[in-house]
Amino acid sequence: MNFEFSADQMQLKDIARKFLEKEESVKRARNVLEGEASYDEDLWSQIIEMGFTATAIPEEYGGLGLGYLELCVIAEELGRSLAPTPFSSSVYLASEAIINFGDESLKQSFLPGLASGEKIGAFAHSETNTSPTEANINCSFSSGTLSGTKIAVADGDVANTFIVTANNGSGVSLYLVDSTADGIQIEPQSTLDPSRSHASITFSNTPATELKSDWSDVLSLLDRAAVLFSFEQLGGAEACMDMAKEYAMGRYAFGRSIASFQAIKHKLADMFIAVELARSNCYYGAWALSTDAPELPTAAATCRVSASQAFHECSKENIQTHGGMGFTWEFDCHLYYRRCRQLAANIGSQSIWKDKLIGSLERANQI
Amino acid sequence: MDFNDTPEEAKFRKEAYEWLASNAELKEGPKDSWRASSEEEGLKQVKVWQKKLHEGGWACLHWPKTYGGRESTPIERVIWGQEVSKFKVPGGYLEIGQGMAGPVMMMYATEEQKERYLPPLATGEEIWCQLFSEPAAGSDVAGIKTKAELDGDTWTINGQKVWTSGAHFSDYGILVTRSDPSAPKHKGLTFFFVDMKSPGIEVKPIKQISGGANFNEVYFTDVKIPDSQRLGAVGEGWKVSLTTLMNERLAVGDASGPDFEEAFSLARGQDLNGKLAIENDSVREKLADWYCQQSGLKYAKYRNISALSRGETPGPQSSITKIVSGNKLQEIANFGLDMLDSAGILRSDEEGAEQSMYQYGFYGAAGIRIAGGTDEILKNIISEQVLGMPQDMRADKGLPFNEIPTGNK
Repeated sequence: MNFEFSADQMQLKDIARKFLEKEESVKRARNVLEGEASYDEDLWSQIIEMGFTATAIPEEYGGLGLGYLELCVIAEELGRSLAPTPFSSSVYLASEAIINFGDESLKQSFLPGLASGEKIGAFAHSETNTSPTEANINCSFSSGTLSGTKIAVADGDVANTFIVTANNGSGVSLYLVDSTADGIQIEPQSTLDPSRSHASITFSNTPATELKSDWSDVLSLLDRAAVLFSFEQLGGAEACMDMAKEYAMGRYAFGRSIASFQAIKHKLADMFIAVELARSNCYYGAWALSTDAPELPTAAATCRVSASQAFHECSKENIQTHGGMGFTWEFDCHLYYRRCRQLAANIGSQSIWKDKLIGSLERANQI
Repeated sequence: MDFNDTPEEAKFRKEAYEWLASNAELKEGPKDSWRASSEEEGLKQVKVWQKKLHEGGWACLHWPKTYGGRESTPIERVIWGQEVSKFKVPGGYLEIGQGMAGPVMMMYATEEQKERYLPPLATGEEIWCQLFSEPAAGSDVAGIKTKAELDGDTWTINGQKVWTSGAHFSDYGILVTRSDPSAPKHKGLTFFFVDMKSPGIEVKPIKQISGGANFNEVYFTDVKIPDSQRLGAVGEGWKVSLTTLMNERLAVGDASGPDFEEAFSLARGQDLNGKLAIENDSVREKLADWYCQQSGLKYAKYRNISALSRGETPGPQSSITKIVSGNKLQEIANFGLDMLDSAGILRSDEEGAEQSMYQYGFYGAAGIRIAGGTDEILKNIISEQVLGMPQDMRADKGLPFNEIPTGNK
């Protein structure tokens, strides 16, 4: 049995980690949070230079053609360091949509740009404060144009290539829209995690290209992305556990390190349990994604639920372990607490993924 | 990343399976398992099976061949475990002897003693128990009081042990005692092995909340043990105990009982408020949580096996198994009984009945969360040994043992 990343993949992970530490990615997340910029352009261009955006894009389209296991280890480090860039939108969602559902000409026109970072992609899906379903998507497509409004589009204000869900009269499909097309209105939206920008996008008879897809493909795109999002969540969760431990070890109260109190130790043990379960489930997701296994829907939902739970547990209990300092703007705890919510919201709520998980087990009768 | 065996592993797996196939019966389904009509009958069948294992060269896999083992690698033990779980074979009774007493004897006994006592452990001829816990020393097991006094080259033992699994059918036991009550808690302990037929040993069963009695109180009244049966130096008993406690933690794994599969299949067949339970959102949410826990443990185990396969020491992920599975079992058992609505309170002793499976879990989980290290002790171990956090401040540190308050006041 070889249920582990290879030495090369672990080395790539180490390179990514050291690079993001050296570039002070967490500090940059704070700068974006406090500043005017929508993302850190300098870090983004370095990430591109490292080849990270090209990782899973096939070589014939300008990518490195490595694979999803490599992308998973990079995702974990981006999550650990809160990298304030449009990576998840552009790589896990837009690039994946085109790789999986684009025709040859779309792939040739868009993938090289997404690999080289010249293009930034985003996924426009939500329309209201309920979970998107095949029945409630109101954006519509007819005669080559798209109309309707999407909200909370992560990186919507910085992307130049949108993948949009819309109903064409016979069902929901994926559409590609160039940000320079006519009839697009983009409004930045303020969010709980300003280190990652969001926007609403209104399309009015905007020219769009259909990707050969239906609702089940939308779900499949979300499944693939869920594995990668889970790795970001896992990295974030582990970072919070490490922060909480470090702070507790150095904080003295009642004449002793607070890390010697069982109330704190057991809190940390609970974080460790959540992280280990999530890590093991993420590996399962990585295996399913990298081998295109039939269990991918089950594996994706499992790692998504598990990693969301771990990040939630660790980011809130990290604040708690820090006491009052954890509630200050000055400490980094809130950056993780915010990012936890952003990643949890981005591709659908916990309840939806739990329901998907049981649904996929019912369908597969995989018991 | 894959789930495949290396060629050597595949060869070992094939060899194990073929031997099992010609010596045991395949299970009819994943939950089909061996059952004995009574403890006495079970013990008899286990001994017959263990003898067969030994003759086939499949006993105590990792032990040296001299003592009846096979000198297998850790990954081979895992593979054997996977293959044997496909067959309906007797189990139980021997784990403490082979898993805890054996290793401590191997480390501390004389060569003569090893030659005398280890082979009958491997063949299943002799059964051992572990005499550690006491009424005032549970989680704080170093707080034991059973007294050992040396006169010439004979020790006299007086005191009481508790929670001793299998003491009533054991031939020998490993025993930790207090030889110097004026030394600090961890310093005054001495470790022995003892013949359970010795005069002065009295074994009384403890009735459990399930009604059964798997373990005992063991009373020692002027029991004589020759100094030659001491394991480790006088006063070094804690160090020796740690060897077996480490082995115990490795031995205690998944809680057995109804798991996600059973709860899922129950929900798909059970009516709840006019529709199938599986259609109820709160049921789906619970099931999803249990699936994620079960899956997390399964793949954590695969990560361990992968490390063993590469000849590395597994990471700390195995330390979460008992906490997660014990709590999951308790919740699933409660869910299974809740699905029966008011009738969930009714006892069913019918063999193999779905209801009795959940009732077994209802009792069993409460025990699993305590046995072999409580949830709380395991969380201490995770935080101290895995995460490197400091020990709790101890009120008894450095005090002579006989000045420390212990037990229930």
